[in-house]
Amino acid sequence: MRRRALLPLPLACLVARPALAATGRTQLTVAAFPDLDRSAKIAIESWAASHPQVEVRLTTRAFDDHHTAMTTAIATGANLPDVMAVDMDYLGKFTQAGGLEDLDASPYDARAVAPLLARFTLGPATGLGGKLRALPADIGPGALFYRADLLARAGLAEDDLTRDWASYVAAGVKLKQATGSYLCASAIDLKDILIRAGLSDGQGVYFDAAGRPQVTTQRFVQAFTLARDARRAGIDARIAAWSSEWSEGFRRDRVATQMMGSWLAGHLKNWIAPAQSGSWRSAPLPAGVSASWGGSFWAIPVRAAHKPLAWDFIRTLCLDRAQQLEAFRRLDAFPALLAAQQDDYVAQPIAYLGGQAARLQWRAASERVPALHVDRYDQVAKAIVEAELDQVLEHDKPIPQALADARAAIERRVRRY
Amino acid sequence: MHAAAKPPHRRPLIPARWAPYVFISPFFLLFAAFGLFPLLFSVALAFHQWDPVGGVWSMRWVGLDNFAYAIARDDWLRKAMFNTVWIALVSGLPQHLVALPLAWFLHRAFGRWRNAVVGAYFLPFITSTVAISLVFSSLFSKDFGLVNAAFATLRQVPVLGWLMPGQAIDWSQPGYTKWMISAVVFWRYVGWNTVLYLSAIQTIPPELLEAAQIDGASPRQRFVHIVLPLLRPMVFLAVTLSLIGNLQLFEEPFILTGGTGGIDQAGKTAAMHMYAVAFMDGDFGTASAIAWLLFLLIVGATAINKRLLGARA
Repeated sequence: MRRRALLPLPLACLVARPALAATGRTQLTVAAFPDLDRSAKIAIESWAASHPQVEVRLTTRAFDDHHTAMTTAIATGANLPDVMAVDMDYLGKFTQAGGLEDLDASPYDARAVAPLLARFTLGPATGLGGKLRALPADIGPGALFYRADLLARAGLAEDDLTRDWASYVAAGVKLKQATGSYLCASAIDLKDILIRAGLSDGQGVYFDAAGRPQVTTQRFVQAFTLARDARRAGIDARIAAWSSEWSEGFRRDRVATQMMGSWLAGHLKNWIAPAQSGSWRSAPLPAGVSASWGGSFWAIPVRAAHKPLAWDFIRTLCLDRAQQLEAFRRLDAFPALLAAQQDDYVAQPIAYLGGQAARLQWRAASERVPALHVDRYDQVAKAIVEAELDQVLEHDKPIPQALADARAAIERRVRRY
Repeated sequence: MHAAAKPPHRRPLIPARWAPYVFISPFFLLFAAFGLFPLLFSVALAFHQWDPVGGVWSMRWVGLDNFAYAIARDDWLRKAMFNTVWIALVSGLPQHLVALPLAWFLHRAFGRWRNAVVGAYFLPFITSTVAISLVFSSLFSKDFGLVNAAFATLRQVPVLGWLMPGQAIDWSQPGYTKWMISAVVFWRYVGWNTVLYLSAIQTIPPELLEAAQIDGASPRQRFVHIVLPLLRPMVFLAVTLSLIGNLQLFEEPFILTGGTGGIDQAGKTAAMHMYAVAFMDGDFGTASAIAWLLFLLIVGATAINKRLLGARA
């Protein structure tokens, strides 16, 4: 008996079987980040009825942690979910490598359902080998959110902000003089918009389709110049987005506008500035720029255990009109599914935005956004460009020199891979 | 009369001579899996190009290229190394300069309350780094932080007001970032070093200190001429631990600067850069090479410390 006790514990663990197997149920694992996890929970509710033999286990991690965890999960094959969420910002990194399933292939044949989705999402979702590697669930059509009451106190109108960039900066100076409020949180935000101006289908923000850096083009010169002019005019509060100062800045009337995805309306209403209901409005981005912020996608890792079930679940998340509308209503997640965008709900007034039917504006904006090419090194380029913009804003580095240095740094880092 | 029933002889599951190895195997198995394998894998990785999103099969041998790149061409690493050493010195030196006399003071001044006071100093060390960093982020907020609010109040005090900054300090500006991080690191670890020194002081034979007192030595003289020389081995240990910890600094600057290193990367440390190279650039090979370069730096700094403090200790 004593010798039997020597049976090592690890052996016992190997012999043991998961409890689920005994019940005959299959476990589908889904990995997401907030608030997309809430959208997944809505889907799980409806999906459970039609799939009684499947238990969906949802794992939620903080936004960056989720993408880090997915990187290591794909690398090692450990804790790999069957369905994984990918944000637009990380899409290039994941779709351009070989870790995600080719959704163009059978049995998915996702290309057949592509026309049902917002057109501009398909460019970023197309990765290695020109294959579709993910499907979009929600999108973030770009909008300029502004405080109508603060603008009124300064004698400004929406058109003063949106006509052109010179008018935008001039309005900022006037606003500061009249109210003491800054027009925008950070001059870097302005750069982020202008580098997307004038792009058409197939072009990339930082790289062209052949992978050549585009950071010395006129787009970037104009973007850096605008950011520098805004800083010199003193119209930006020098606050990084999503910091505590950023949210507090809105609450205390310190910042009057913010350009972001349409989903910002939900954040403003729910936790950033709920007391300012009726004071905010949404407008198209200045100077006719069309851009999107964020957007959530779902994908299947190549080594996932339950691919057919995973695809079934993704279809519910991305192609089910009722699911998309429910997520839209509950989470302000603007649907990627075109059929859901046509629902009457889109035309309803939004009380927080003073009764404005802003969703119609966002839908129109999403139709103008080009289908851009994303590169696996977009995030690397973004970090380098922002470091050089810091040099321009903080140390008056000449813009041509900054952009040339950015290009050299990108080539140095990227060429190696 | 029946012979006693003899139990049937069964072959043991594991031969008796293996028993010691089986008993000792859990440690070696766990060490091999969680200690040795990552170490060796990291060494191998440093000589490969590997984007983990492509899977483990996408590794490609590049020889010393990752090291050559990190040493000669990665200007962000150079900047991060400078920041790391700067913060290590500015936060590390005061830790020990304060902790040594503080430990002596606690040893002498507090009788039965000593442990409670020591516990209070030690509290920051055992508190979650994330919680600490978030609290300090709020304290150092430009417009809504208590630090600037305190400066604004002190500005109203005659004479003292002249020493205060004329307007609210934007702590996120590059000129302040490293100071802010250093202040948090100092505050967090000064209690730890105090406990180390206090425990060493308590091992000093009391008759030595009593004899000096009888001879008329003041507390300061006892501290300088008796306590400090006898603390040298502990100073060596504590400084070594500070060197290792400060050169691997990650959590405090990461949270205080929102993970970016702040404006102009003024608060980006070598460990943060290594993390960014791995998880943002997707270049685990270069990240591993940087890790080993950082290891060599720590070994070098520890060797210098040993020469300065350890030899005579």
